[in-house]
Order: sequence, then C-alpha cells, then structure tokens
Amino acid sequence: MLPVSVRKPLQKKIASVEHARELAIDVMFELQNHYGYLSDEAVAEAAGLLDMTPLEVDELATFYTFIYREPVGVYVIHVCDSVICWMDGYESVKAYLCRRLNIDVGQTTPDGLFTLLPVCCIGYCDRAPAMLVNRKVYGHLDGAKIDRIIENLVNEAVQADQ
Amino acid sequence: MNATPTRILLKNRRPERIATLDEYQAGGGYDGLGDILESRSPAVIQQMLLDAMLLGRGGAAFPTGRKMMTVAADAPFPRYLVCNADEMEPGTFKDRVLLHADPHMLIEGMILAGFAVQAAKGIIFIRPEYENAARILEREIRIAEAAGFLGDNILGSGYSLHIGVHRSGGRYICGEVTAQLNALMGRRPNPVQPPPYPTEKGLWGKPTVLQNVETLMCVPHIVRNGPDWFRELACTATGAGTKIYAVSGHVERPGCYELPMGTPLSTIIEEHAGGMRAGAKFKACLPGGASTCFLPAEHYHTPMDFEPLKQVGSRLGTGAIMVFDQQTCLLAVTLNLTEFFTRESCGWCTPCREGLPYIRDLLMRIENGEGEPDMLPMLDTMAQYLWNAYCAFAPGAMGPVQSLLKLFREEVADHIVRGGCPF
Ligand SMILES: Cc1cc2nc3c(=O)[nH]c(=O)nc-3n(C[C@H](O)[C@H](O)[C@H](O)COP(=O)(O)O)c2cc1C
Ligand code: SF4
Repeated sequence: MLPVSVRKPLQKKIASVEHARELAIDVMFELQNHYGYLSDEAVAEAAGLLDMTPLEVDELATFYTFIYREPVGVYVIHVCDSVICWMDGYESVKAYLCRRLNIDVGQTTPDGLFTLLPVCCIGYCDRAPAMLVNRKVYGHLDGAKIDRIIENLVNEAVQADQ
Repeated sequence: MNATPTRILLKNRRPERIATLDEYQAGGGYDGLGDILESRSPAVIQQMLLDAMLLGRGGAAFPTGRKMMTVAADAPFPRYLVCNADEMEPGTFKDRVLLHADPHMLIEGMILAGFAVQAAKGIIFIRPEYENAARILEREIRIAEAAGFLGDNILGSGYSLHIGVHRSGGRYICGEVTAQLNALMGRRPNPVQPPPYPTEKGLWGKPTVLQNVETLMCVPHIVRNGPDWFRELACTATGAGTKIYAVSGHVERPGCYELPMGTPLSTIIEEHAGGMRAGAKFKACLPGGASTCFLPAEHYHTPMDFEPLKQVGSRLGTGAIMVFDQQTCLLAVTLNLTEFFTRESCGWCTPCREGLPYIRDLLMRIENGEGEPDMLPMLDTMAQYLWNAYCAFAPGAMGPVQSLLKLFREEVADHIVRGGCPF
C-alpha cells in the first residue's frame, strides 16, 4: 500500500488538473521513486489514482525508457551509445564500468546499488563520451573520472543508510 | 558576409549559469510587452512572423506564421501552445544550451506566440534527461508570474497565459508533433496522421500550435525589431535570422555556435569549432541531425541554410552538424544510427517496425565481413520500402542509409570484397 504521505500530494495534484491522465508520467515517476521501480502493485496504484485501467498504465510504462518495470539498483547508470559517444569511447567506458562494477550491461550489482544500461543520445554530444546516473549527466568520461563518480555514489549510499 | 559572430538568442549566455530575469530585462527583454499585447492584434504578429520568414527550427522547416494562420479566427477555445523541448535527435543539443542560457527569452517567446493564437495555456514538453532545465524553467516561470509577465491579465493587457512544464518518460518519437500530443494526454505516444491538423484539433480536441524552443526564442526579437531586421541577419538571400549550429564529432571545439543563417560549413568548422582535430581531415558530415543525408567533402563550403542544403541533396534539419574524419567508417556510423532508429521505432506500422531491424542486420553483416554482393541491391529495395511508413520517422532514418549507399557505395562494396571493415 502507498503511504498517505505519498498518496495525498498526488491526489491533490490530480484534483487540480482537468484530465487526470495528463499526469500519468508524473505519477509513474513518483511511484517508481517510492517503490524503487514500477512494480505490478505500483501499476495498479497508478491506475486507481489516474482513473485508468492497469492495462492502460502498462501501455505507457512499457513505452518509456525511464520507467522501469523491473527492479533496478539505487543508481541507474545509462551510458550513451549513440553515434558521437560511440565514436569517442562508448565501448571503453562500457567495458570499464562492467569491470569496475563486475556486472554486464542490463544487470544490477548484488548489493542492489548499481544498474548498468545503454541509452540513446542524451544530448551531450559536446561532452562525449557521456552517461547519466539517475538522470544526472557526467561527460568527458575516462577511467579516473568514472572511479571518482562511483566512489562518491557508494559513499552517498553509505551515508543515506546511517 | 557578417564576420563578427551575431548573438541574438545567446546574447545573454554565461559560462556557468542562466541569465536572470534582471539580466534578460537589461538586454531589452520584456520591454514594452504590455503595450505590444494591448496595441497589436494577433493577426499582426502572425503576419510579422510570416514576413520574417521564420522557419521552424525543430527539423521540418515549416513557416511559423503560416502554421499560426491555420488556426481559424473563430476556432474554439481553450487553445494551446506547446513548446517542443524533447530534442532527442542524435547529435542535437542546441535546445539544452538555449534553455540553460536564457529561460526568460523562451518564456517571452511563448507569451507572444501564445498571444498570436490566443492560447490560454502553454506547455513545455521536456525530455527527462534535461531534468535540470525542467527545474530551472519551473522556477523562472514562477519568477515571471511574480513580475506580472505571466498569468492572468498580463500587465493589464487583458491577455492571460499560464505555462506548465511536462516531463517526458523518454522516447524519441515523442518529439514528433502528433505523438507528443498523445503523450501530453496520457496516451501511448504513437503518431496520428493528419487531417485533422493539430492547429484545428490538437490537445483535447482543441486548436494547438507546437513549436521548437529555438523557433519560439526568435519571436520576441522579430516582434521588437521587425521582419526586415530578422531577414537581414542571415547571410543568404533565402535565409532569415541566426541559427544555433550544434557541432560535434571530429572537431577541436565541439559546441553550440550562434551564427548568421547560411554561414558556410567550412567557416563554422574552421573559424568557430576550432577546425578539425589534429591530423584529421574532413570526410563528411551529417548537417542537421541523424535524420539527414551525409554531406560529402565536395560540399564543404555549402551555406548552412535550408535552401542551399536541399540543392546539394541534404537538409538543414535541426542544424546539428556531426563531423566525421577520413579515418571514420561511414558504414559503421550508419549502422550505429540505424541501431538507434531500430530501438526507437514506436512499432505502430510494419515498414518501420520490421524494415529497420532487417536493414540493421544487413549493415551489420557487411560491417562484420559477412557481406554478399546481392546485399547492396537488397538494401536499396528495403530502404525504399521505408518511405511507405506511417510517419516521418522512417524516411528520416533512411537519410543516412540511402545517402551512404549513393555517395559511399564503393566504401560499402569494399567491405564485401575484402570480407571485413577496411578501417
Ligand atoms: C521522429 C521525429 C522526431 C522529432 N523530434 C523533434 C524534437 O525533438 N524537437 C522538435 O522541436 N521537433 C521535433 N520533430 C519535429 C516536430 O514534428 C515538429 O515539426 C516541430 O517540433 C515543430 O516546431 P517548429 O516548426 O518550431 O520546428 C520531430 C519530428 C519527427 C518526425
Ligand atoms: S514510421 Fe516508425 S515511428 Fe512512425 S508510426 Fe511507423 S513505427 Fe511508429
């Protein structure tokens, strides 16, 4: 069940617009934040809030890159594999991340911290090669920079735990 | 030709932060806005945009004034204005730079464009990767409201406009007008073939005008300085205004450069983007994003404007110039681009959904040394089929493929003869 602290603000927001379903993506993002991914339960909750059927919500959820219908790590790393990043080192960035995290693309680290995914052009071709971590961008990547980013995220996660 | 860089849209650009409301106003922004809204009619503003020859900067180059004129005078209310900040075309990052430079220029552009079609609501549709820009916009919209530039009865003019930010869930097809409207209505974002056109029946069945970020940011300058001034900014007779060229690839200084519309490709690369990288030689570029045709070295001096690029067999598209040097295998580049289009196909129609993986597979086999001579005519035939697709996505995807087959056919054939990539 969705806690009142998440449900109430959403209901208020939905009540303020003319058509509930225009907020479908915002609602999916909120529930995804709460549950960690858009679980079946979250799809049903979203449908109830938006006055849609679960099938209609799923039709949207499965369409969008940043809505996750399967469990993901606390940090989702999206490495850009489109043309400019690909020419400027996507393969080595990907290989470095796989080694460093000891996972393959599409997998999540056993501690549940990191998921590694490829993504289409993220609009940072002037800072290739680039990646996103939870939709925050990092450009001009190399091994040292990736190490720093991962270390910071691990520390951040440890602090959040305490 | 204008030698000094002309900065209109990026005049308030700062290295690390946006221009504030005060800074935008200090440069003439919002100046006399109340008077304009009170003394000019919507039809007059539409005519100014038409006379200014403002063509859409989102890729399709449709005249903005003409689009607005298709909203009938007696069309129903409420009407909508949508700002397309989806920007998912590979190689394109100009809207990101514009949003981070001067959000109030966009807001004022939306006020004036909204007024021109009497829209009551403006929506900025933004890709999820630009979350930072989405937050900036939400904050600056509130600041504009507090200053009386937005909201009910703007500066006592009687015109009201409310602007909201819509975050996308991320998918390339959402940049296409009709798919975007579906997305905004919480429907699966497949395109819808007109008629009816969105300007007649768009969001929630009401007249909707949709424009790109860069297009909207031109509007305040045209209204303030007049159509003649805007046309004269260009360095080609057919062009108008400035253009934000987003340069990437094998150049020394990739980035966004605002220059007179029609600035030659060679000038953009050599005088602004720092030239080719050390030791690199220009081989070809995609002049306007992933959906345009390769422009080979023989057209290195082409003015980067809609008309001249059409004449040499390509398109200005979004003005995103991706530069490739002599060492680049353009087959591999095309394979990467086709991979992008295959992944992003919305799946609605068969030519695109089934054709793209087929073409990708053929390109991959040739690149990997498994090519056969009859694959070239197969590629030609398949690429032609994609023109039967439901929306402009698939023909766009064939830009690089068909121009590769036409301009660099020998290079592709060489892969087949050698049984592998020569690069
Ligand atoms: C597949 C596809 C993707 C598109 N993506 C964008 C986009 O991200 N941003 C944009 O402004 N226009 C995009 N367009 C063009 C829009 O359909 C539309 O022409 C444009 O936004 C209209 O605004 P303008 O006239 O100001 O350019 C896309 C078109 C297609 C077919
Ligand atoms: S051409 Fe592609 S993107 Fe367009 S409707 Fe067909 S499947 Fe969808």
